[in-house]
Amino acid sequence: MAIRQFPYQNKAFWRNPAAAFFTFAFPLMFLVIFTTIFNNDTSTLPSGEEVSNSTYYTASILAFSVITACYTNVAISATSLREEGVLKRIRGTPLPGWSYLLAKILHSVFVMAILVGIVCVFGFVFYDVDLPARSLPAFLGTLFVGAASFCALGLACTAVTPNIDAAPAISNATLLPLLFISGVFIPIDAAPGWMKALGDVFPVKHFLVATFEGFIPPTGNRAGWLPGDLLIVAAWGAAGLVFAARRFTWEPHR
Amino acid sequence: MEAAPLAIDVRGLRKSYGTFEAVRGIDLHVTKGEVFALLGPNGAGKTTTVEILEGFRDRTAGDVSVLGFDPARGGGALRKRIGIVLQETAVERFLTVAEVIDQFRSFYPEPLGRDEVIDVVGLTEKRDERVGRLSGGQKRRLDVAVGLSGNPELLFLDEPTTGFDPSARRSAWDMVRNLQSLGKTVFLTTHYMDEAQHLADRVAVIVAGQIVAEGSPANLGNRQQLRTVVRFSLPAGTDSPPAGLAAEQADEGMWRAETMHPTVLLHALTSWALSAGVELETIEVAPPTLEDVYLSLTGPELGAS
Repeated sequence: MAIRQFPYQNKAFWRNPAAAFFTFAFPLMFLVIFTTIFNNDTSTLPSGEEVSNSTYYTASILAFSVITACYTNVAISATSLREEGVLKRIRGTPLPGWSYLLAKILHSVFVMAILVGIVCVFGFVFYDVDLPARSLPAFLGTLFVGAASFCALGLACTAVTPNIDAAPAISNATLLPLLFISGVFIPIDAAPGWMKALGDVFPVKHFLVATFEGFIPPTGNRAGWLPGDLLIVAAWGAAGLVFAARRFTWEPHR
Repeated sequence: MEAAPLAIDVRGLRKSYGTFEAVRGIDLHVTKGEVFALLGPNGAGKTTTVEILEGFRDRTAGDVSVLGFDPARGGGALRKRIGIVLQETAVERFLTVAEVIDQFRSFYPEPLGRDEVIDVVGLTEKRDERVGRLSGGQKRRLDVAVGLSGNPELLFLDEPTTGFDPSARRSAWDMVRNLQSLGKTVFLTTHYMDEAQHLADRVAVIVAGQIVAEGSPANLGNRQQLRTVVRFSLPAGTDSPPAGLAAEQADEGMWRAETMHPTVLLHALTSWALSAGVELETIEVAPPTLEDVYLSLTGPELGAS
């Protein structure tokens, strides 16, 4: 049922070219800015590997792409579907509401996959970044766990968002601080211990670390899997899903 | 009437929001194939009632049957057979009319043909236009088309023409009459008197959560028992009309009389005028309008009770 709705979601997405363009341009902009600022320098990955900053940022922008395409995008679009009454109208038909929502989420994941491809190609072409070959299963598996978990957390965010005007503010206010304290934009080696400990509580840092590991597998872990971190990400996702299942409403809140 | 199968059967329906009672024990019976209008001022409980029938809202008390289902538990089996047109448009702006109809048709086991649906609501010329570029009236017609796409037996229309200009309302009315000719049962809510009069086979008037009148538009509120109003004016300097007419001086030099027997009154009036050599400069005979009935039913006294 959800699969049959996919083509409609896809058509609607591409017919809003401005929104589509910035969805793809936004992460690339960050990639270019950060690699330019921290040019010709190296960073130490959580695994201890020393890599060029262009490699560091290609990997961290990949994680960033997954998080925004899933968490932020799902949170805002699900709120907008609810507040515009689309979900209510769907609930008046034989199609289950969750089925429609699932189609929307699958489309977000599809957009995320395109975005991941673009960032990889961009890094490879402009920054000579090595793409993962032997650790490809771990890299893709990590992205999959992250995508599913952050989509679920996006739905949880919608459940606590009262109206569409608040949706970008709430999704960004919950996400941006975590992006910073988790080292997505700036390596956090020099940050105080309490900040690192705080970052360890939330899923963003664990997802970032697992993405680094899959994208640039260190000598000691050539396969690139970090099951412990992925488990924490998945636990957050599961908690988000349970919360959304209990608190999600289908009718406009206004 | 007794034997006709019911599409909707409501008994003793109540709905409270906290201490506020939005619907205070109403009975409704809608026969299959009829156009039924629930008429009332804003805030009277129309939308609450229709949303209970549609399955969007729980009820506090009462028995509700829609096509034999309890709408609170009907689920997909009921939703396959009804069409719902909510008060607000809610479809993807970037899809075309034809795509939106196809999308909604895909939810149903036996949908109507796409072109047929688009034709019934008069959007054939706009079939490849994006939804975001339609006018308000066209969007509303698309709403109705979406509600029809599953080929429902029963269609709910919640205030289908609110905010329309007069010509858009006329074409919406034509559209509802098309639905009736397709054999659909239509349950519509409206606060427009003339809309109910034009479209409905039967009307129930709801005020402050209670049904205050029910019947055909012609008989509503014992309309045929209301008095006919006769107004006339006399040339300056003429004597008052005879006391037997019970006419009173009204505004702008007009005289006004009410009667249950307009033929008798007019005969007495014209006989007097002829014999007295008086020319009746203007004369108006007005049957009670549905508007009079509606206003008398929804007046402030009742609204406050």
